[in-house]
Amino acid sequence: MIGRFAPSRVPGALTGGLLALALVGCATIDAARGGPGQRLDPWENWNRKVFNFNTDVDNLVLKPVATVYTDVMPQFVRRSVANFYNNFSDAWSAINNILQGKLQAGMEDVTRVSTNTLFGLFGVLDVASEMGLDRHYEDFGQTMGRYGIGAGAYMVLPILGPSTVRDAVALPVDRLATPPAFFDSTGTQVGLTILQVINTRSGLLGATRVLDDIALDKYTFVRDAYLQRRRSLVFDGNEPETPQPPEPAASEPAGGAAGTAAPSASAPPASGPGAAGSAPAR
Amino acid sequence: MIARTRTFTWLFATAALLFAFGAQAQAGQAPDALVKTVSTDVLDSVKADKSIQSGDLKKVIALVDQKVMPYVDFQRMTSSAVGRYWRQATPEQQKRLQDEFKLLLVRTYSGALSQVNQEQTIELKPMRSQPADTEVVVRTEIRGKGDPIQLDYRLAKAGDSWKIYDVNVMGVWLVENYRNSFAQEIGANGIDGLIGKLAERNKSAAAKG
Repeated sequence: MIGRFAPSRVPGALTGGLLALALVGCATIDAARGGPGQRLDPWENWNRKVFNFNTDVDNLVLKPVATVYTDVMPQFVRRSVANFYNNFSDAWSAINNILQGKLQAGMEDVTRVSTNTLFGLFGVLDVASEMGLDRHYEDFGQTMGRYGIGAGAYMVLPILGPSTVRDAVALPVDRLATPPAFFDSTGTQVGLTILQVINTRSGLLGATRVLDDIALDKYTFVRDAYLQRRRSLVFDGNEPETPQPPEPAASEPAGGAAGTAAPSASAPPASGPGAAGSAPAR
Repeated sequence: MIARTRTFTWLFATAALLFAFGAQAQAGQAPDALVKTVSTDVLDSVKADKSIQSGDLKKVIALVDQKVMPYVDFQRMTSSAVGRYWRQATPEQQKRLQDEFKLLLVRTYSGALSQVNQEQTIELKPMRSQPADTEVVVRTEIRGKGDPIQLDYRLAKAGDSWKIYDVNVMGVWLVENYRNSFAQEIGANGIDGLIGKLAERNKSAAAKG
C-alpha cells in the first residue's frame, strides 16, 4: 500500500527519517502479513514500549499540567484558546476538503474560517458554529486515504501518540498549518506549541479517565479505536462494512482449545459470531 | 501529535448514549423509528434526573434495564465481542461473560451520561436499506453545543422486532473494539481469565466510586 506513495510527491518538509521509516514499513508490513494477528500491528513490541513511555510522560507532566490548567483557567478562556486553534484546523480542513474534491464541505469551511476570523476576533469566538455552520474535519492523512493510500502499519509515536505509517507521513504536512508555523520567533513557536498541547490534553481529560475504567488492555483498546476511527474519517462515516475475520487478531490461545469447536455447537446461527462475521459486505 | 490525538476526542467523553434508547418503542416499528423513540426517551429521562447525570450507578443500571435492555440483543453483543471462543464457553461461562460485560458497558455509559446537557437532541440521518434487509445500520447525530456527535447502531431483525447489537460512537464500533482485547486475554488466560479480568475491572472501578 505504501508502495503506491510516490516519494517524489513527498513535500520537502519531511524528514529523511520518516521517509525511511515509511519504506521500512512497506517491507515489514508485507513480511508480517503471514499472521492475521500481526497484520495491523507488526511492530507491537516496539509500539508497546513507546506507549508505556508516553503514558509515563503523560502521568508525570502532561496530565498534571492539563489538570491545573482546567482548574485555574476560567472556562471562557479555555474555550477561546480551543477556538483559536480550531480556526487554524478549520482552514486546513477547507484545503483538504478541496483537495479531496469535496467542494461544498470545503466552501463551508472557508465560510467558517472567514466568519470566525473577521467576526470572531481572529477565531477566538466560534461565531460560525452559533450560526449553525458545522465543521468538516479533514487532515492530510485523510486526504491521502481518500486517494487510495492505505493506512499501513499501526505505530505509536513518541509523545505524539497513536498513528499509522500513512498518518505519520502526513503529520509534518499537517503541522505546517498549525499556528506555530506562522511565526518566525522561536519563542512564539514554542509558546504556541506548548499551549496547543495543554489545550488538547485538557480536552481529553474526561476521555482518559473513562479509558482507565473500561479498557482491559489500554494499548489494544486505544490501537483498535484509533484504527477504526481513522478509517471512519477517511470514509466520512460511510465506510464499507468489513466482513469480520473468523479468527480474532491476537495470538493463539495457550489452552489449545481453539479449532475444536464443532460448527454444530450450541450458539444458534442467527446470533453466533460466525453468522455475524460471515455476513457479506453490503 | 496532538493533532492526531485531537481527532480522537470522541469516544469516551461521549460514549454517553451508548445505550441511549427507551421504552415506548413498539413491536413492528421500523428500525430507525425505534432508535429515535428509544434514544429520545432515554435522553429525556437523563435530562430530568440530576442523580443520573452525577453518575449514580444504581440509577443508571435501573434505567438501562428498564428502557434499553428490551431492545438489545445482549447475547449477540457478548458473543460477537468474544468471537469464535464463544462456542467453547460453557453456558455458565457465557452467562458470566454477559453479566460482566454488561456491567462494564453500563459503567462506561454512566460516565458518559454525565456529559448530557439540556440542549442535546437526536437526529436521524438518511438510512440506506432495503425493506427485505434483516440487518441494518441506523445513523444518528447528537446535536447540541459544539460539534455533532456521530452515533450509529447496528440492528438485526428478530421476528417482527429489531434489536441492537452494536453501537458506533464517532466512528468506533464499541463491541467490535473489544474483540481483540478479549481474544488477547483468552489467548493468555483462557475464558475464565477473561471473566476474571472483566470482574476485576468492574470491581476496581466500583471501589474508586
